[in-house]
Amino acid sequence: MNTATGYLDGLLQGQPPASALSWLNQLRANAVDRVAALTVPTTRDEDWRFTDISPLTKFSFQPAQEAQPLAPAAIEPWAIGEAAARLVFVDGIYAPQHSFNRSGIAVENLGAGFTSHAAAVQAQLGRLAAFERNAFAALNTAFLHDGALIVVPRELALAAPVHLLFIATRKHAASYPRCLIVAEPGSKLTLVEDYVALQDEAYFTNAVTEIALGANAQVQHVRVQRDGAEAFHIANCAVSLARSSRYHAVSVALGARISRHNLGVLLAAEGAECSIDGLALIGGRQLADTHTLIDHALPQCSSRQLHKCIVDGAAHAVFNGNIMVRAGAQRTDSAQSSRNLLLSGKARVDTKPQLEIFADDVKCAHGATVGQLDVDEVFYLKSRGLSETAARNLLTYAFGAEVIERIPVASLRQRLEASVLAQTEQRP
Amino acid sequence: MIYQDSKTLLAVRDLHASVNGTEILKGMELTVRSGEVHAIMGPNGSGKSTFAKVLAGHPAYVVTGGEVEFDGRSLFELAPEARARAGVFLGFQYPIEIPGVANSQFLRLAYNTVQAERGKDELDPLEFDDFVREKMKLLEMNPDFLGRSVNEGFSGGEKKRNEILQMALLEPKLAILDETDSGLDIDALRIVAGGVNQLSNKDNAIVLVTHYQRLLNYIAPDYVHVMEAGRIIKTGGKELALELEARGYDWVGAEAEANARASA
Ligand SMILES: Nc1ncnc2c1ncn2[C@@H]1O[C@H](COP(=O)(O)OP(=O)(O)OP(=O)(O)O)[C@@H](O)[C@H]1O
Ligand SMILES: [Mg+2]
Repeated sequence: MNTATGYLDGLLQGQPPASALSWLNQLRANAVDRVAALTVPTTRDEDWRFTDISPLTKFSFQPAQEAQPLAPAAIEPWAIGEAAARLVFVDGIYAPQHSFNRSGIAVENLGAGFTSHAAAVQAQLGRLAAFERNAFAALNTAFLHDGALIVVPRELALAAPVHLLFIATRKHAASYPRCLIVAEPGSKLTLVEDYVALQDEAYFTNAVTEIALGANAQVQHVRVQRDGAEAFHIANCAVSLARSSRYHAVSVALGARISRHNLGVLLAAEGAECSIDGLALIGGRQLADTHTLIDHALPQCSSRQLHKCIVDGAAHAVFNGNIMVRAGAQRTDSAQSSRNLLLSGKARVDTKPQLEIFADDVKCAHGATVGQLDVDEVFYLKSRGLSETAARNLLTYAFGAEVIERIPVASLRQRLEASVLAQTEQRP
Repeated sequence: MIYQDSKTLLAVRDLHASVNGTEILKGMELTVRSGEVHAIMGPNGSGKSTFAKVLAGHPAYVVTGGEVEFDGRSLFELAPEARARAGVFLGFQYPIEIPGVANSQFLRLAYNTVQAERGKDELDPLEFDDFVREKMKLLEMNPDFLGRSVNEGFSGGEKKRNEILQMALLEPKLAILDETDSGLDIDALRIVAGGVNQLSNKDNAIVLVTHYQRLLNYIAPDYVHVMEAGRIIKTGGKELALELEARGYDWVGAEAEANARASA
């Protein structure tokens, strides 16, 4: 008996009704086929070696059929004052009454975008986030309905951020957030992808985000995962960069019982640049897994990556950072650093930088450290009167702040700094 | 300065301490009374910094014998942070860099912690900012150092000034300044020494660890001690520093040995 196969089939229940668009039905049907052929990964799969996702299969998750009505005040805590546009999704369902768009560009529900931006959507959707061998991306694609569509027109620079807010309210709900972002040549966008919860029971978020940058486009992508304590959060994000475009990502993972973030960045043309920074701050029994792939496919691209994990309690952080430099990708300039702070004897981190270099004229630096708080730093603070706890909290906070400081949205940055400080102070 | 009605702030009796199982302090004796300035000199590796860190409570050092009384209490019963709050201040020979912690945040936390202990008002960030800028003026420190991470990328001299700034904020009863003069240029030495002199009064005391008599031109010591192999082997007035500068340390050791033989 293959329970894993059976489990995915069970998840397929409650799919959206057939669309009038045949290409969409076809795409979903292809995805359903792949779901049927694939199984829930196990720790025997190289890619899931350190992350046992089997607790997911103990629950039966179903998609919500309608959005839970929420008072505006319920959204307020997560509001980003600077935002030019906001799309809110409640348990995966678009909530227009909480959304607004003052940006002057297309920021809309993907469900509407299927027809309003048919050409762009049809050309891009499912192109970057391949689901052939990825059961979770396939599942998400099988459920294609609501989601975020952003199209930034050529040469347009949107200074204010666009906020995509995904709120989990229902116990045992499955949601399949989907985002498609097209930054046309020469455009600029700041995007905040934000996962939050109003409850602490188990639920399942399975997100896919695709971002296509045209030549010279610039996208700053902030991703905040602050899901509920019992949540399962799986995300696949695929980004492609055209000539001389720039992609800067900051991902912060604070929530969920088990989270897995796959981020693939394809440097698909000369002169493209990316920076990918991440912070996981976890405790208790949490597991946070980040897998990244930076694919230097063409010459003269640069990539920077700083990934930090702060692990307390019996929590477990996983980082796998693959940097691929393909044959012919000369003058690649890449630097990766994985730094990890273990705050308890039972905390665990598995970090694996993975460089695959098939070109000879390249500059690739990488390093990984795992450590505890520095005794001399703690002592220095105590010698100035700070208590042991205050000293440790301050140092822990400082360790994480290096990543949070890179968030280009001031109000969100300040709020996250405060919540990281609060989270470090919760520890006894 | 030596005052008639002074009280004993620090009494160190037969102190022994080890690091990694090696005994470094071997019978340290020192009495410091309020109002006094003491200088401790001595060759590299004689245990001066070890002594300073033992007083501040660094966890790497294990006290294996003797006792230390500070302001009427047993020092070793207090955790390092409690010592700081009670008025012990160590100016580090090598101040620690703490990336990610803003100097202003650190200084305010330290200041407020000590203020609270003394039953005095804490300052909010704006009030503190005004207050600390005034103190920085005394030390001719650029306010830009508030926005930077604690000591990160500071030059040697800048770190030392930041130490004295902390001393100025915390107003300790006993300040142990471990080679605060090393790494200071001539102007900085004058400024830092001026700051220390301003902070010095009849209720507090200062222990200067130094290699150079030059500092003592600015901060006049009441006593000069020579430390060697974990003990104080000679104590004199400020003229001793001049003599050491001229003659080095060898003769002090020889004299101590001769004295020991004579008394045996
Ligand atoms: N953590 C440690 N581990 C091993 N040895 C140590 C440690 N700390 C100090 N020591 C040793 O203790 C001795 C005294 O060191 P200390 O730093 O106290 O000397 P010092 O008098 O301050 O010298 P300097 O004038 O060079 O600053 C030295 O031999 C030093 O190597
Ligand atoms: Mg020393």
